[in-house]
Amino acid sequence: MSWAHVGTVILAAFLASLVEFVEALTIVFAVGTTRGWRSALIGAGAGALFLTVLTLAVGPALQRIPLASLQLVVGALLLLFGMRWLRKAILRAGGVIGLHDEAAIYAKQTAALARHRGGTPPPPLRAPLDRVSLATSFKAVTLEGLEVIFIVIATGAGGLLAPAAVGAALAGSLVILAGLGLRRPVARVPENTLKFAVGVLLSAFGVFWVGEGRGFPWPGEDLALLGLVAGFTVVALLAVAAVRRSPPQALAVRPARQA
Amino acid sequence: MNAVAAALRELWGLFVEDASLTLGILVCLVIAAFAFPELGLRDAWRGPLLFVLLALVLLENVRRSARP
Repeated sequence: MSWAHVGTVILAAFLASLVEFVEALTIVFAVGTTRGWRSALIGAGAGALFLTVLTLAVGPALQRIPLASLQLVVGALLLLFGMRWLRKAILRAGGVIGLHDEAAIYAKQTAALARHRGGTPPPPLRAPLDRVSLATSFKAVTLEGLEVIFIVIATGAGGLLAPAAVGAALAGSLVILAGLGLRRPVARVPENTLKFAVGVLLSAFGVFWVGEGRGFPWPGEDLALLGLVAGFTVVALLAVAAVRRSPPQALAVRPARQA
Repeated sequence: MNAVAAALRELWGLFVEDASLTLGILVCLVIAAFAFPELGLRDAWRGPLLFVLLALVLLENVRRSARP
């Protein structure tokens, strides 16, 4: 296993998890600011606990699956996941769909939660638990966390779970520290650029794992991964250029959706 | 029950957004698994050819999605 491979695994897990952690933090911040921090943090903590239990329960079972089968299945899922991100990042970069804006999502989430409270200010820290806050924070952390778990399993499928987990843990720590420092959502992350890079990396890993799972001998062995990253980057940049060159009337502006 | 259905919908959404892209990727994988060995391709070409097929699927999907 080369350092190029290990480094790519850490980078892919870090960047992909960074996006998910930012999305989770945005929602937890919106809930905490609007409806009080106690319920928001308990909901987020319960989500993190649920994910930990799930990982401990499912993790050992993964190690019993034959490596080739695991690589094939994970590679296929990674391709579906990565190419979906890459397609969306290309369409966003080409102006076909709107950019994902964490600040706008935060404002929308805050307004919706405030409406639900009837405009009353957030309760004090010792107030009874708020079910809406708990459920919203729990859901955000659980769903985004599931994506992080999948990313770690997928990028570390070739016996590199530890480097993938390190990448994700670094991303989580960075986002939490940035959130604590800024005391507001991390809105300055160039999310589409990140998603573009992550889509490229995950798609490259997907093809690589499928090939490994089917027993295709890759030219250059692990270094082929870097070739695949370069290949998907070129294809994606060509796609953005093609979309931008499309006649203006062909660009149907559709509203941005989350994720 | 609603929460479970919502979670399953979210999970499905992780992998499937545009059905034609998903179908295109799956067709490429089936071709790689079953047709490549029958075509008598040299082993070293199978991985790069899978990449080319997937790249074409992505380019076609993006081009079609950019249409009104």
